[in-house]
Amino acid sequence: MSGLVNMGGLALMAAVIWWFWLAGKRKAVKASDGIIEIQVANGVYTPDRVAIPAGKAVTFRFIREDPTACAEVVKFDGLGISRELPLNKAVDLSIRYDEPGEYAFTCQMGMYRGQVVVS
Amino acid sequence: MKDEKHKSTTLKIDGMHCASCQAPIVCELNKLPGVSGISVNLADREVYVEGTSTDDLLIKAVADAGYEAKIDRTDSYQDTDKANRDYYRHLIRNTTLALAVGIPLMIFGFFEMTIDPTWTPLRWFWLSTAVATLAVLIIAGRQFFIGAWQAFKAHSATMDTLIALGTGMAWLYSTVIVLFPELVPEIARHVYFEAAAIIIGLINLGQALEQKARGRTSQAIRRLLDLQEKTARVVSDGEEIDVPIGSVVKGDIIRVRPGEKIAVDGLVVEGQTNIDESMLTGEPVPVKKADGEEVSAGTLNKTGSILYRATRVGADTALAQIIKMVRQAQNSKPPIGKLADKIAGIFVPAVMLIAIASAMVWFNIGPEPRAVYAIVTAVTVLIIACPCALGLATPMSVMVGIGKAAEAGVLIRNGDALQTASQLTTMVLDKTGTITAGRPEVVEVIAFGDKTQSAVLALAASLEQGSEHPLAQAIINAAKQRQAELPAAEAFEAIAGHGVRGRVDNSEILFGNHKLMQKFSVLLDSHSLKTSEQMAEKAWTPMFLAADGQLTAIIAVADPIKEDSVEAIKRLQADGLEVVMLTGDNKRTAEAVARQVGIVEIRAEVLPDDKKNLVADLQQQGERVGMVGDGINDAPALALADVGFAIGTGTDVAIESADITLMRGSLHGVADAIEVSRATLRNIRQNLFGAFFYNAAGIPFAAGVLYPFIGVLLNPIIAGAAMAFSSVTVVSNANRLRFFKFGSDSS
Repeated sequence: MSGLVNMGGLALMAAVIWWFWLAGKRKAVKASDGIIEIQVANGVYTPDRVAIPAGKAVTFRFIREDPTACAEVVKFDGLGISRELPLNKAVDLSIRYDEPGEYAFTCQMGMYRGQVVVS
Repeated sequence: MKDEKHKSTTLKIDGMHCASCQAPIVCELNKLPGVSGISVNLADREVYVEGTSTDDLLIKAVADAGYEAKIDRTDSYQDTDKANRDYYRHLIRNTTLALAVGIPLMIFGFFEMTIDPTWTPLRWFWLSTAVATLAVLIIAGRQFFIGAWQAFKAHSATMDTLIALGTGMAWLYSTVIVLFPELVPEIARHVYFEAAAIIIGLINLGQALEQKARGRTSQAIRRLLDLQEKTARVVSDGEEIDVPIGSVVKGDIIRVRPGEKIAVDGLVVEGQTNIDESMLTGEPVPVKKADGEEVSAGTLNKTGSILYRATRVGADTALAQIIKMVRQAQNSKPPIGKLADKIAGIFVPAVMLIAIASAMVWFNIGPEPRAVYAIVTAVTVLIIACPCALGLATPMSVMVGIGKAAEAGVLIRNGDALQTASQLTTMVLDKTGTITAGRPEVVEVIAFGDKTQSAVLALAASLEQGSEHPLAQAIINAAKQRQAELPAAEAFEAIAGHGVRGRVDNSEILFGNHKLMQKFSVLLDSHSLKTSEQMAEKAWTPMFLAADGQLTAIIAVADPIKEDSVEAIKRLQADGLEVVMLTGDNKRTAEAVARQVGIVEIRAEVLPDDKKNLVADLQQQGERVGMVGDGINDAPALALADVGFAIGTGTDVAIESADITLMRGSLHGVADAIEVSRATLRNIRQNLFGAFFYNAAGIPFAAGVLYPFIGVLLNPIIAGAAMAFSSVTVVSNANRLRFFKFGSDSS
């Protein structure tokens, strides 16, 4: 019995590490017409991975549906952009990264997390 | 508050892309009774309608034009407030429900918590409790479970994950015990329904309190937003009509009466008045305004009725720019918060690992009932961990600190500037316009030979007409006061750090400082040198005028020291800053000014280009240098300084130019900025320390590391309470900054 529990525990730990840190990331969504609409609800940005070309500005349209205070600001790493997101109101942000790479966009507390894949 | 007459409605219109789309919409809306004004924002596809028309009529009118409109009710913070209030009530309802189930269960549990394998009434009771608690989880805790699942699908883990796992595990374990008690030894047959329900209740309560406290952190920006007028009284064809602010265009003539606010930026064209600009500049004394002078949106007209012409409207007004900048700055993060951000990114999965590891340790080497201890410690670890407190520590303090500074007329560009300002060791002050009023006046004219005072002033003023030097205007004004004719100057040349030269009335004229005379070999006798020294001792700036190589006059200009400079410099020194005065003026004058204001360290006769080098020198000596200047002439030095302070006069400031902009001309603003930035950083450190310490101590305690030594294990309910209130504590501590008092009464 205890062997089984220990095996289960270790497997669970491995699963946590794999799923949250190592597992293949979801495919990044590309912006159509230079606009990508991102829903802010239930603790996640949807989509949470967005592909944009380097050196070209893309409009990120955030629509916050989550009334919790956590969701009220979105900020972009390396751009110094941070904006308040009023509830149920579209907020357009023009995002442009010149260097290819992966950049995070998060809420103030880093709980809502998304990635911009620049190529 | 919006009254019925001036109700403003924002319509979101899909498909309205261009001016030709907007025309039929505006036309249809205009047909409606009660519509008093319409303005269109194509970029956001929004139409703002002023008037008494109903929402249904507005939507129908847009539909008649062939478009679909939605009423946007979140266009102002009043609407956001309502949404927040609704959400607060929702959280309190959740709290009440969860605690109404959890607390009686907890009290009952003091007497009886174990399960009998036979279907006794008590076991039936526990089964119905399982259903009741499940209802609590579904009704009052639904958001945590949905959030956790959504995050899980995205390979991400959040606060919701921890709460859902903790309470879900407590409920699941208890339900298994009720249904299959024989699976575990009798001693392990404890149920934890009360823990699941109470934790859900406490976390809802924590979130509700946090919501309340957060509202107060944005008080400063709300005060600024409240300064924006909704309507302006535009004068058109001799008639005065109230129009919505969005419809005012540049060039409109606007009437403002005593007690009313200025609606947009403009220039006074008729009348005179006193205007209270304290809300923007922190300057308590109302400012006199007459023909040709600027008035700023949001300021309060005190005494007279004036007409002014709109020069900047909408997003271009100084008030709109201040609001934009304060908002951006409030949401930016100083470097001190970066570590917490990094930790927050990996925090939740790490806590999950710790929870599993601690359960395994208890299961393998813990006392009986091992299974219970394993579950309880895992639940407690999951529940006590609070990444929110870490994440909130910095932004909440920044929000309040930057808002507090804005109330005193100090605009801090971003979190970086805030943090660096708190670490400055040296403050370089440019003399003219910073320590002094920047309004130099001619105080003495000594003419030599047969020239009159008017004649020498006229010569000097002729040359200075082409100069941009601050002293030039003083010379020109003095000549004009004496009604002197200003002959035209030819071959004008400004020699930086020296003065000017040119030809006037066929004479070669030099006008400038001692160095200029030396450069062109003009002989200064001992009497004139002594005279100039005496002038400098009085903190005046002596300037020499030479015609065809002969000294013709000495003109002394004085720039009065601002009333509060002495006091403000004392504050900076008391704050531990080395204050350095910088000036292009001669050494004696500089020393005299420095003596009067109590500055020891001075750099005089500095050429404009050298200001930057001086800042660089100080930085090389290991100082962290703040530089205060007018933001125009000192731009390179301001940019190089660790923190550049642009000192403004009234609301006419180039907000974009510096790390910190002082809306009023007083040096107290610099001291205010230093003090509020230090207070904010201190507050952030307290918050970060609290949040780190809370998690670093709480998680091991929850895992039971103290149990082998003192036999104490944390109850999951206590963990839930600690977690729920850790965020509230952080926000409340940040709110303390609202009561921060600046060192000067004038703030």
